[in-house]
Amino acid sequence: MAAAHDNDAAQKGGFRAWLNKRLPVDEFVESQLTGYFAPKNFNLWYFFGAFAMLVFVIMILSGIFLAMHYKPSETAAFDSVEYIMREVEWGWLIRYMHSTGASFFFIVVYLHMFRAMLYGSYREPRELLWILGVLLYLALMAEAFMGYVLPWGNMSYWGAQVIVNLFGTIPVIGPGLVEWIRGDYGIADSTLNRFFALHVVAMPFAIAFLILMHLVALRQTGSNNPDGIEIKAKLGANGKPVDGIPFHPYYTIKDLFGVGVFLLFFCGVIFFVPTFGGLFLEKPNFEAANALSTPDHIAPVWYFTAFFAMLRAVPDQQLGALIMLLAIVVLFFLPWLDRSPVKSIRYKGWMSKTALVLFVISFIVLSYLGLKPASDLYVILARIFTAIYFLYFILMPWYTSVEKTKAAPERVNYHA
Amino acid sequence: MRNAFALIAAGLVLSALSFSPAVRAATAGLPGAWQDWQPGNDISNTASLQRGAGNFMGYCAGCHSLKYVRYSRMGTDLKIPEDQLEEMLSPGSKKGDYMLTKLTAADGEAWFGKAPPDLSLIARSKGSDYVYRFLKTYYLDEKTTNGTNNLALPGTAMPHVLSSLQGAPILKTVKKDGLDTFDSFEIVEPGQLTAEQYDEFVRDTVNFLEYAGEPVKAYRQSLGIWVMLFLSLFTALAWLLKREYWRDVK
Amino acid sequence: MSDPDNLPDEADTSRRKFLTAATAATAAVGGAFTLVPFIASWRPSERARALGAPLEIDISKLEPGQMITQSWRKQPVYVVRRTPEAVAGLAKVGPSLKDPQSDASAQPVYAKNEARSIKPEFLVLYAACTHLGCLPKQYFTQGEPTLGADWPGGFFCPCHGSRFDLAGRVFNGSPASLNLAVPPHKFESDTMLVIGLDANAEGAA
Repeated sequence: MAAAHDNDAAQKGGFRAWLNKRLPVDEFVESQLTGYFAPKNFNLWYFFGAFAMLVFVIMILSGIFLAMHYKPSETAAFDSVEYIMREVEWGWLIRYMHSTGASFFFIVVYLHMFRAMLYGSYREPRELLWILGVLLYLALMAEAFMGYVLPWGNMSYWGAQVIVNLFGTIPVIGPGLVEWIRGDYGIADSTLNRFFALHVVAMPFAIAFLILMHLVALRQTGSNNPDGIEIKAKLGANGKPVDGIPFHPYYTIKDLFGVGVFLLFFCGVIFFVPTFGGLFLEKPNFEAANALSTPDHIAPVWYFTAFFAMLRAVPDQQLGALIMLLAIVVLFFLPWLDRSPVKSIRYKGWMSKTALVLFVISFIVLSYLGLKPASDLYVILARIFTAIYFLYFILMPWYTSVEKTKAAPERVNYHA
Repeated sequence: MRNAFALIAAGLVLSALSFSPAVRAATAGLPGAWQDWQPGNDISNTASLQRGAGNFMGYCAGCHSLKYVRYSRMGTDLKIPEDQLEEMLSPGSKKGDYMLTKLTAADGEAWFGKAPPDLSLIARSKGSDYVYRFLKTYYLDEKTTNGTNNLALPGTAMPHVLSSLQGAPILKTVKKDGLDTFDSFEIVEPGQLTAEQYDEFVRDTVNFLEYAGEPVKAYRQSLGIWVMLFLSLFTALAWLLKREYWRDVK
Repeated sequence: MSDPDNLPDEADTSRRKFLTAATAATAAVGGAFTLVPFIASWRPSERARALGAPLEIDISKLEPGQMITQSWRKQPVYVVRRTPEAVAGLAKVGPSLKDPQSDASAQPVYAKNEARSIKPEFLVLYAACTHLGCLPKQYFTQGEPTLGADWPGGFFCPCHGSRFDLAGRVFNGSPASLNLAVPPHKFESDTMLVIGLDANAEGAA
């Protein structure tokens, strides 16, 4: 009996040994899972990276299956989406997974970015991690924009018209560039078809690559934590950080619980409010694209509206487009704008805390304003909050240097 | 952290409830500003959907198509008996065909100035509320070519097709802050139906159009309950597992 | 201190094992449920099913000796109105057939007879050679020069030379080994043939 059991173990060991001679399986598990130590004081804000990975997988899976029935042509696209909703078995569910996933991707990514701003996760040595993240954000915006055009609803068409026209504001090359992007004299079949190829093939590859680099950069430096101190500074007798715990099983299991909560929200939307009051699936997009009839109110999907509000706040089209671009470009510089002696908001001074609160408010208010039709009051508000948004970054080298900070602790704060 | 989740969950439940038919029914057909009128329809009410389907075939299908809806699918979803479904088919159509109209776009444009649009998605693109208000805010207006006008869609090219049922309404306004604002409608020539009957007719038709916009809606919601229950079970187990392992972490 | 070397005692380990198993099992069930919609989405859609709905054919205009080709569920179907001589000749070719009783071939129960049809006058066949799927050509004339003086009439497949009689039964010497298949069909009336619906066992509609 014992001999049989040993034989069994030897056989398992046999296959495992065979595998490990050819692929670094055990080495990977040891270095990335059971032997990778992450800070033990991760809080709520640390779920969103894992959620982003989950949403990415959901988008790829649902996207592949949508692409099996969707037709990327001017004449057939809108009909093919209704075909999926009504006539493909479970097509409606796959479609709602994809449309809800798009919005949830941004909710999760915005909260993930906010975490970085809270705890200084962009500071040295994690600058490149942050930059890769901003590149991912840009890639995600491009992917979402092109994806939104595909159903070829009336908002798809007119949204594409407006955004592609923005490229026309670039001096000298603008108008030619716009025609080159479109492949025609207006948003047309050629535009739709190329956006389909980019959305389904090119951008997912780019995003997958950026995600991989983002994870490699993370593993290279190790995670930051809510107290903003480097746990690698204090190693225990076993050579591992005293304030760290093995990623597996502690964070794999904690993330599993987080995924459960996430799915409750995600499925709650899919099954009960998939249009989310017209925010996730917009009403005008249930009408087919019509070059002769603009929707009452053209606005991008909610996750872009903050930048749209900034664009409308500036009376000059070219300058407005530039401001919009700068609003994202400024993110790249964040690691070098923050001069604080401490990383985490917990130990920064009142100026940083106020600035961050104002920044968040400005982003939320701008997002709201971008959803609404422009009015005199709204334009004034948009200007004020655009200024606040930029001041958060522009003044940062100053207020992070002059403010009085608290001393960062020696050990992380953790209460079981 | 628990409090945060409780708050968010409560918020979700409340917002989900605001979409429920119960709340909408409470505001159905009340007088006051027509912009606040709500149909209060219930897509799980099969009898109402059947009546609405009949209304549509009788009064709308002559000009409007439902190009994404098949007769057979409607028959299955609305539990319409085979023989009755056969009667609903437009001449020359088979059960598996899409519900198209005989009126060509060219003729529609010639007769009305604008081709009557397909109505498969009207409830999703404009909303059930809009469709309800559209069918209930026609009034006589000698300034238009077809003699009628509409508050929800001013200057609409569509005549008041349902006037034989509702009667001939005129618009009564009242001066508020120097502006003519809506007061009420008055039926100067009665139709075949009373006001309550006409309201029910419109409600059933709106209900049917809401179904036509998303036939799977009722099933989606009922399946959703099971999904949420399952996920709650999973999350509860995952929470217990997490708590158990994290006892190690001091 | 935080590195959890102080592992739990026996009682807790069993609790851990139970919770891990319970959570993993629930996750697996959830995963299986999630897979179902994706796999099911490959099934023929409502459009495919509608296009594959039973096909009605008006046979009143068909002359004796005439054949028409129709498409049902993406497959070609032959409808032949056989002459009385053709029907009579079916009994004589038995010895030259591989499967005269249609034991091995695919046909509905009401077509498992000499004429392989409900009404002897009308033959309904899937127009796919049972060898490798080409469309067999009609050679209904007896003694067709290219096929020999004793050719009784039937079908000849141009791809690899398989021969079938006027009931679609395969001749000896053919590369094909099965008689041509018969699709489900019934006679809604004397003038209406429906491909795709089954007649009852005796062949009545």
